[in-house]
Amino acid sequence: EVDLEERLHELDLRGDSDIPDVPPPTDSTPEILKKALSGLSARWKNWWIRGILSLAMISGFFLIIYLGSFMLMLLVLSIQVKCYHEIITIGYRVYHSYDLPWFRSLSWYFLLCVNYFFYGETVADYFATFVQRREQLQFLIRYHRFISFALYLTGFCMFVLSLVKKHYRLQFYMFAWTHVTLLITVTQSHLVIQNLFEGMIWFLVPISSVICNDITAYIFGFFFGRTPLIKLSPKKTWEGFIGGFFSTVVFGFIFSYFLAQHQYFVCPVEYNSETNRFVTECEPSELFQMKKYSVPPLLQAVLGWETVNMYPFQLHSFALSTFASLIGPFGGFFASGFKRAFKIKDFADTIPGHGGIMDRFDCQYLMATFVHVYITSFIRGPNPSKLLKQLLILQPEQQLSVYKTLKSHLVEKGILQPSLRG
Amino acid sequence: LQESESENRLDGETASDSESKSEFGGSSPVPTSDDTPEVLNRALSNLSSRWKNWWVRGILTLAMITFFFIIIYLGPMVLMTIVMCVQIKCFHEIITIGYNVYHSYDLPWFRTLSWYFLLCVNYFFYGETVTDYFFTLVQREEPLRILSKYHRFISFALYLTGFCMFVLSLVKKHYRLQFYMFGWTHVTLLIVVTQSHLIIHNLFEGMIWFIVPISCVICNDIMAYMFGFFFGRTPLIKLSPKKTWEGFIGGFFSTVLFGLLLSYVMSGYRCFTCPVEFNNDTNSFTVDCEPSELFQLQEYNVPVLLHSVLGWRTVRMYPFQIHSIALSTFASLIGPFGGFFASGFKRAFKIKDFANTIPGHGGIMDRFDCQYLMATFVNVYIASFIRGPNPSKLIQQFLTLRPEQQLHIFNTLKAHLVDRGVLASLEDA
Repeated sequence: EVDLEERLHELDLRGDSDIPDVPPPTDSTPEILKKALSGLSARWKNWWIRGILSLAMISGFFLIIYLGSFMLMLLVLSIQVKCYHEIITIGYRVYHSYDLPWFRSLSWYFLLCVNYFFYGETVADYFATFVQRREQLQFLIRYHRFISFALYLTGFCMFVLSLVKKHYRLQFYMFAWTHVTLLITVTQSHLVIQNLFEGMIWFLVPISSVICNDITAYIFGFFFGRTPLIKLSPKKTWEGFIGGFFSTVVFGFIFSYFLAQHQYFVCPVEYNSETNRFVTECEPSELFQMKKYSVPPLLQAVLGWETVNMYPFQLHSFALSTFASLIGPFGGFFASGFKRAFKIKDFADTIPGHGGIMDRFDCQYLMATFVHVYITSFIRGPNPSKLLKQLLILQPEQQLSVYKTLKSHLVEKGILQPSLRG
Repeated sequence: LQESESENRLDGETASDSESKSEFGGSSPVPTSDDTPEVLNRALSNLSSRWKNWWVRGILTLAMITFFFIIIYLGPMVLMTIVMCVQIKCFHEIITIGYNVYHSYDLPWFRTLSWYFLLCVNYFFYGETVTDYFFTLVQREEPLRILSKYHRFISFALYLTGFCMFVLSLVKKHYRLQFYMFGWTHVTLLIVVTQSHLIIHNLFEGMIWFIVPISCVICNDIMAYMFGFFFGRTPLIKLSPKKTWEGFIGGFFSTVLFGLLLSYVMSGYRCFTCPVEFNNDTNSFTVDCEPSELFQLQEYNVPVLLHSVLGWRTVRMYPFQIHSIALSTFASLIGPFGGFFASGFKRAFKIKDFANTIPGHGGIMDRFDCQYLMATFVNVYIASFIRGPNPSKLIQQFLTLRPEQQLHIFNTLKAHLVDRGVLASLEDA
């Protein structure tokens, strides 16, 4: 049988998915702002809108920090869902595939599956004691990978069954688009949450450094900018880049100094089963205890001090701010290239004057992964809660033998006092 | 923006999917190059073209199965190498399709970047696996120890370098193509590389966990084909018109039976059932152990329904054979979805086969499309139902924690054991 449509044509997809004319961005500026600024010229009006929204976002950020870890987690989750939605919508528009059978449901279903998997792996670790007490949850945790895989497979099979003769290629494109978007947005947002649980300072300092770099690079570029940096983003200049780098390092240094003094920011987030709330209370680790450092001879002349009192964390903040200034912008260039490739001005129109949520967060993504890798490589070893969870699902005989080994080790190191009462 | 739009309309192509149209400027179908070796060609020159195709497929099938047996005989190291080669070839095949589809073979840097990303991801996965299985070897050699301690950081740095190179390589006229290829590369990596590493994990669990799933998928392929050939009447799915319900169901039952028999034969041998371990003294892989409960014969009561059919009251089986029913069921019912996915992919991009590597069969991907879901399933199955975490590994991790954390974990474990009655009282142990 020869399917007439199965000819071996040379398929030329260079002109694939002609990008339609993008509708002009809808102006979502609230009415009050418009009235207040009606007097000014268009350029200054834009400046003011951007400025006001920036302040609004930063204030919102402080408010949520004050409200605590749980609210922060919710915020991260909402941002993730919104970014996902923005990127998927672009895919629909690019491929005219808004009416593909099943596809909207499948995209959201995959988002749900992947989130379920990640939340089960990470957050469940922190709730180990909470979970221990409830039988149903224990079952879910024990077979978590299997359940997640089964859920994903269901989606996969639904996709295969939904393939429609005339739309194969579009459907595969959207499938791939969905998966790459999931890879970018969902994995990174979970890394952000894991960083958060390490201590809010690991969440605040990186994000602030990226924001600071954005703002100071813009300001330096505005006042001193002359040499273009990269063809992708013609507005960026070398002066802005370098000025932003130094400002961000100084900012990170100072900001860490202030945050490192409060337990609220420095302690790992823990879940208290009795009060059913998150608590951040602990003995601050060495990283957050003042130490005397000798100033290298080169800087002694400049600063006039021989020794300085710093938190060790401030040294780590150098690494974080350096990454935020030097490599973070590549995330921005990637997003710029993406927007040019698909001929869009902004990811969406969610924030007046700024564009979509993705526009604000494009530099943050690489940062989240970097901080996570940095923490696991240089700061702490394995995650104690995860270790505990794994211990608790061993067989009883294995648990007993592990218990005995641990006990003898702890007694040997003098951490546990040997006594008749174990 | 305007000038690039006009550039895209060069050949008068439109965005609509042209599956139903055949106006590709009257281009003729591209014939597949005939890869059959000369010797076969001569031997079969008398037969008609249909039978010739049958014979070529049959001979190559036997050749591949024989090859499979040989490498099993040669041991885990050779198997790992073969899995690695298959992975690279599959990656190459899919990427080449991408190049052809997008005419992007001349994109600056892209070939280099694709291979570089393949290298990075493999380095990351192998590093994680090697650290687990070769723990003592790694701890002994100084450079390996540092590489393994900062492994994630090094892998991430390598990946980032590739990412930055990609961003720097973006060229004005080719943005979209470059992003397509970037996406194509990453999805391919996700499919091909992660699954091949799961296969290797399964292999280390015991060669039976590698051989039985793969054989079940192959058996299902062959059996479904035969049942379809002799009894096939009702089409199964529009995507693959050759598949029939008779083939599907016949294949399912044959595969379950085959799985039971194969598991029975293999469970008797240590070299298949023992986890693969690296022996530090001889610096080679060994498969020697006390077989676990799964591989010890047990008496099972035959369910009442089957009494009359089989005539036995009890039967002696390995517990593993019960697991094999799960594995073969997955291979027959869900595995084919991997094949339908690949068929849909080939139709979407109008290719007949992934490549021409194997005469009569197509590319390596054509043979392995059903295997991919299977590898993940087996890995998840093992992790969920067969074994828990490795106690010695947990102890190692414990020893690297801070004293307060160690104490906290110890006390929680103790409370848990007392709770369960494993530790008689606080004064015991």
